[in-house]
Amino acid sequence: MTHTVLTGPWVLVGYAADRVSEGDLAAARAQMGFSLAWHIIVACLGVGLPALTLLAEWYGIRTGSPAYRLLARRWARAMGVLFAVGAVSGTILSFEMGLLWPGLMGRFGQVIGLPFALEGIAFFIEAIFLGIYLYAWDRLPPRRHLLIGLPIVIAGTASAFFVVCANAWMNQPRGFTLREGEVVDVDPWAAMLNPASPPQTVHMILAAFMVASFLTAAVYAVAMLRGRRDTYHRAGFFIPFTLGAIVTPFQIVVGDWAARFLADYQPTKLAAVEGVYRTGSHVPLTIGGVAGDNGLKYGLEIPNGLSLLIGYRPDTVVQGLDRVPPAQHPPVTGVHWAFDLMVAVGFFLLALGVWLLWAWWRRRRTGGELSTPRLFLALAAIGGPAAVVALECGWTVTELGRQPWIVWGLMSVRDAVNPAPGLMTGLWLVLVVYAAMTVATVYVLRRLARGTPVPRAPQEEDVTGYPVV
Amino acid sequence: MLADAALTVMWVGLTCYALFGGADFGAGVWDLLAGGAEHGRARRELIEHSIGPVWEANHVWLIFVVVMLWSAFSPVFAAVMSTLYIPLTLAALGIIARGAAFAFRKASTELWQQRLFGACFALSSLLTPFFLGTVAGGVASGRVPPGLAEGDVVTGWLNPTSLLGGLLAVVTCAHLAAVYLCADAHREGRPELAAAFTRDAVVSGLVAGAVALAGIAVLNADAPELFHGLTHRALPLVITSAAAGLTGLGLLARKRFVAARAAAALAVAAILWAWGAAQYPALLVGSTTVTEAAASASVLSAVLVVLGVGAVVLVPSLWLLYATFQRGAVDQHSSR
Repeated sequence: MTHTVLTGPWVLVGYAADRVSEGDLAAARAQMGFSLAWHIIVACLGVGLPALTLLAEWYGIRTGSPAYRLLARRWARAMGVLFAVGAVSGTILSFEMGLLWPGLMGRFGQVIGLPFALEGIAFFIEAIFLGIYLYAWDRLPPRRHLLIGLPIVIAGTASAFFVVCANAWMNQPRGFTLREGEVVDVDPWAAMLNPASPPQTVHMILAAFMVASFLTAAVYAVAMLRGRRDTYHRAGFFIPFTLGAIVTPFQIVVGDWAARFLADYQPTKLAAVEGVYRTGSHVPLTIGGVAGDNGLKYGLEIPNGLSLLIGYRPDTVVQGLDRVPPAQHPPVTGVHWAFDLMVAVGFFLLALGVWLLWAWWRRRRTGGELSTPRLFLALAAIGGPAAVVALECGWTVTELGRQPWIVWGLMSVRDAVNPAPGLMTGLWLVLVVYAAMTVATVYVLRRLARGTPVPRAPQEEDVTGYPVV
Repeated sequence: MLADAALTVMWVGLTCYALFGGADFGAGVWDLLAGGAEHGRARRELIEHSIGPVWEANHVWLIFVVVMLWSAFSPVFAAVMSTLYIPLTLAALGIIARGAAFAFRKASTELWQQRLFGACFALSSLLTPFFLGTVAGGVASGRVPPGLAEGDVVTGWLNPTSLLGGLLAVVTCAHLAAVYLCADAHREGRPELAAAFTRDAVVSGLVAGAVALAGIAVLNADAPELFHGLTHRALPLVITSAAAGLTGLGLLARKRFVAARAAAALAVAAILWAWGAAQYPALLVGSTTVTEAAASASVLSAVLVVLGVGAVVLVPSLWLLYATFQRGAVDQHSSR
């Protein structure tokens, strides 16, 4: 179908699209999508949780309150488990880039190599300092231990930046020239810092902090609903929830930026996101709905809404799907619903933040503790999983909205997939392993959360005195 | 020139992965062979304490090699990953199971959980290096042609050289780990553990030697080009490896554990570089050379510069990691 640009013969990679079965292509997409969707949750916790842990540790040192120190140690323990799981599930992804999409890597591997090399360095630094942070809790003076944690946060954020730069390149492929199908004149820096990088990376990093914050807060919201309202649980709720509430309004602004970016650079994706079929002005904003032949059906329409959002004027022209052949349309219903759900959750979390602000403002006038009514806690408990849903929806918009392309406008997923037989079997195997890993991760984390609260690092006892290879 | 530099850097990464990550897998193999829960407790504890703080950092070397290969030699990466996707998928799953189970075992308290996660950790520590070894064998014996999955997806890794590679990888990892653990046990003042691991190290070292000797016949029949390279250009490295391996066993017998560690590491490093030297300048034997597969000079120089700058940050960080725990150990000794 869409061999548009890359038709030149390049013997070293070649084409294999005609050898690919539909089932195997679907299996490869399912496997990549699934393992990415899994990793992204753990990765977000890996970026956000260290910051929360350091905040708690810092409060603990400043106030001398054991509750904060205990929190920091608890979170550090969960961090250790999540980092290990994140490290291995991330490694699988780097394997899958080649196992499932050798057509992409063979041709463009060198173009997107640089951000991955940088990501590797950042990840290395993260792993090193995490090793010290987790295992040297009682070998270092408190302030130095806190300082050792800082590189984890910085390197974690940096790796998120680099890896999303590579994904952004798939949306805005830059930094090379195609000459008879061969990739020449590669400028790896221009490839990495492509136009999609700024909105995508900022959106993703803020999302990571939101997910880690709201998910952690949700755990303590549930505990508080069950009557445990001591300093420990209140701190465990308020530290992450406040961070999440601060980030949310910025994220909504950045999300708007990311959508405007689509209008300028990937209008077809925006058309799928908003279900715009025909190019024109006075385009309504449709909420919900099902993709029909001529547009979204059964949706809630706000007249001129999309035109106003994009260009602030009702006569702003919005490009529709009619500008590209039907074979190049992303699946509209899925992308559109994912987008609407993400936006809905964003505003729900914003409302929770406003509630917190209001409670805080009231306490300033009346004094006493921040009031935490049951409804607020219940909504905050929903907020954690909801943030994860928004994360997955956002990722769906990015990835599904790019279909059928793996490199926007240049290479379709079919041209990139591994033509070897039996990818379906691989998918089942991966699903089984991930299912087991999910069960085990959740089980271990729940146990860590329920354990008796003893203020000591898990490692201090059993590592003391053991040297390192 | 740049391409050779990139290849060298990648091979250094591969060597580091074999010496550090490989030993972590080997430790898992000894965990598997440590016996029942009670009987093997002391050995398992030593293994866990030795690899606990460092295995994630050691694991990064693999990611480093993968990223170097795809950035600097993209077509080779595509060819290897697509043709050998079966053993590589299995190795990837083994990596998941090993890392996750190790972390889970550390976080569990009940015996049945420790057993379950421990078994998972130990078994995958055995399987992962095996599959990675079969991949090396498939590449070294010229079974990966250029292009997307152009090679045989089954015989590409189920062949005499691959099986030799897999077996050698497992035995070598186990040997490295046993030698490293000797020194750990010795430093901990646990002579009975040091003696046990010395025995394991000698046995695994002898097995590795035997497998390598048998391998000569296998390679002669199955991978003539590799065999020719190993017996000609790479011969000094092969001899170095054998000599270092034997020296290591001698040093173990004299309880010179730290020196034995260096000798064992040299033996493994030398055999990896012998492989590299034997097939150079071919990356895919019989078809693709370093120059043909190399990325643009702009990419190679950018990646090398970035890695150079990264090393400036990484080396002191790694030093801090190892120093922190070495110092802790010293404190512990002085307080005893």
